[in-house]
Amino acid sequence: MTTTADSAPVKRRVRTGEGWGSYFSGGVIVLWCLLPFYWMMVVAFRDVSQTFNTTPWPTHLTLDNFVAALNTSGGNNLLRAVGNSLLVSAITTGIAVLLGVTVSYALARLNFKGKGFITGIILAASMFPGVALVTPLFQLFTDAGWIGTYQALIVPNISFALPLTIYTLTAFLHDLPWELEEAARVDGATRGQAFMKVILPLAAPAVFTTAILAFIATWNEYLLASQLSRPNVEPVTVAIARFAGDNPYIQPYAAIMAAGTIVTVPLVIMVLIFQRRIVAGLTAGGVKS
Amino acid sequence: MASITFDRVTLQYPGAERPSVSDLSLHIDDGEFLVLVGPSGCGKSTTLRMLAGLEQVSEGSILIDDTDVTEKDPKDRDIAMVFQNYALYPHMTVAENMGFALKLAKKPKAEIRERVEEAAELLDLTEFLDRKPKALSGGQRQRVAMGRAIVRSPQVFCMDEPLSNLDAKLRVQTRSHIAGLQRRLGVTTVYVTHDQVEAMTMGDRVAVLDKGELQQVDTPRVLYSRPANVFVAGFVGSPAMNLVETEADAQGRVSLGGIALEGRTVEPGQRVTVGVRPEHLRPAAEDGIEVEVDLVEELGSDAYVYGTADLEGSPLVVARAVGDEIPEKGSRLRLSAEADLLHLFDTDSGLRID
Repeated sequence: MTTTADSAPVKRRVRTGEGWGSYFSGGVIVLWCLLPFYWMMVVAFRDVSQTFNTTPWPTHLTLDNFVAALNTSGGNNLLRAVGNSLLVSAITTGIAVLLGVTVSYALARLNFKGKGFITGIILAASMFPGVALVTPLFQLFTDAGWIGTYQALIVPNISFALPLTIYTLTAFLHDLPWELEEAARVDGATRGQAFMKVILPLAAPAVFTTAILAFIATWNEYLLASQLSRPNVEPVTVAIARFAGDNPYIQPYAAIMAAGTIVTVPLVIMVLIFQRRIVAGLTAGGVKS
Repeated sequence: MASITFDRVTLQYPGAERPSVSDLSLHIDDGEFLVLVGPSGCGKSTTLRMLAGLEQVSEGSILIDDTDVTEKDPKDRDIAMVFQNYALYPHMTVAENMGFALKLAKKPKAEIRERVEEAAELLDLTEFLDRKPKALSGGQRQRVAMGRAIVRSPQVFCMDEPLSNLDAKLRVQTRSHIAGLQRRLGVTTVYVTHDQVEAMTMGDRVAVLDKGELQQVDTPRVLYSRPANVFVAGFVGSPAMNLVETEADAQGRVSLGGIALEGRTVEPGQRVTVGVRPEHLRPAAEDGIEVEVDLVEELGSDAYVYGTADLEGSPLVVARAVGDEIPEKGSRLRLSAEADLLHLFDTDSGLRID
């Protein structure tokens, strides 16, 4: 900032004016997005008899609902489902990002025949409605004896996550200054070394962004998991949907809200961890050469 | 230390109408500073990139010290390159940038540090070794890029317009710095630029390229005094040489505004181009070319006079005027030059006629 003493007050006033506008619009968006989560948490911490109480702030605080959510006596096993989700999401993200990085590198950097065709196919795959795949996949996995296995969840999830990772990474890699790769090669690096030591560190912010997106998409996947999993491998989305209370005729809303809160926590933690990496990567990458 | 030979090198991109570089033969001696110069799109950068191994040669071969490197990977050529945009690794510190090649070569850490510090001292970068490139000014980044090349003590330096991102003053400073450094280190250097002043001031020899073809390669003095063709004549020198088309008389003699080019006869009636440098035109009392002054550029020590000549096709001419003889805008004057200092070219082929 090259603000001189004379112009500083004027500038500040202008900036606060803009600030109010952006705070207001930002606040609206945050409210819009977070209100359902807020209500989920309010109900989760509220006594079960007050579930339908509409007081907008937390009242009748209790942890009973969490105890109920984690209780395994009624055939529920939330922690196992969280573990399943973590496993499926982590493996899916890992493989999708690994494949995505290599494919994106090829699409962004190499000239080969059929590049446009491959790009088109990937785009088409991401446009395909998932619901249309449920029946064929069920058939396929039944024949293969995969129903109720982890791979039955991981393999389709990878194919959903890949177009996303490939598209975001290709766009990012395309904009990297490739002179850097050439510099590395002249400095004595093989193509592989140049990629690993120069391009990949610079692409880290994009890699982490796509990893988060892929992880969240997989974590939230419900449709396929509801058909292809069995209770021992089911992810949290399915587990919560099947949540059973003491009385089979009453939906245990409060316990479901508590389960939802528990399930959101790992996501928030993961995003926070990776977000720090993203910000760190962005500042380190001040490329403008 | 190495010599470089381009042996009939051609590069044509698939689908391109004409080659980017065609049939280039050039020998560069050990320790020589050779400048490749030409307008944009002339193939100078492509030539350098072929030498570095970043472009695939279509035909011909490139030798470094009698070793054919045409098919070798960049990493196996022992060449250091300075890029136009420096191409510093943004995630590494200055020291890591400079030591990257040595690290890849698996040199011991102590040696890397020693060599990096040595180069940093040479380039006045010692206090910046722990900084990232983004915390450096343009001139400092340029020096880091140089340092990265120097640290390796390679066989050959390739420099691709390394000064084009600097401001005018820094460019002149760095120009002499690089030339001095190269003489001290004695590493064979190929330097690409589009700036003919840079080319003339830095190079032991200068190779002028146009449309992918080598026009002339010689010392700056010879390029200036004996350009091989019209293109070189017009490209070298600032302001550019005046080139006037005319026709030889029935005896095959050529004259320009009353100045006869003695001893150089051509075919009767042949179309020729006569060239005269602005600094060789002098005001004359009697004969010479009559010029109406359109514009005068005062530079302090001297001035450039732009005018329209009373010759066939009323060509524009530039002359340098010195001291008190600076004419007024709109005035008319006569300009003459010594016949020895006129250049004669065949208009059709563009080649020099002696």
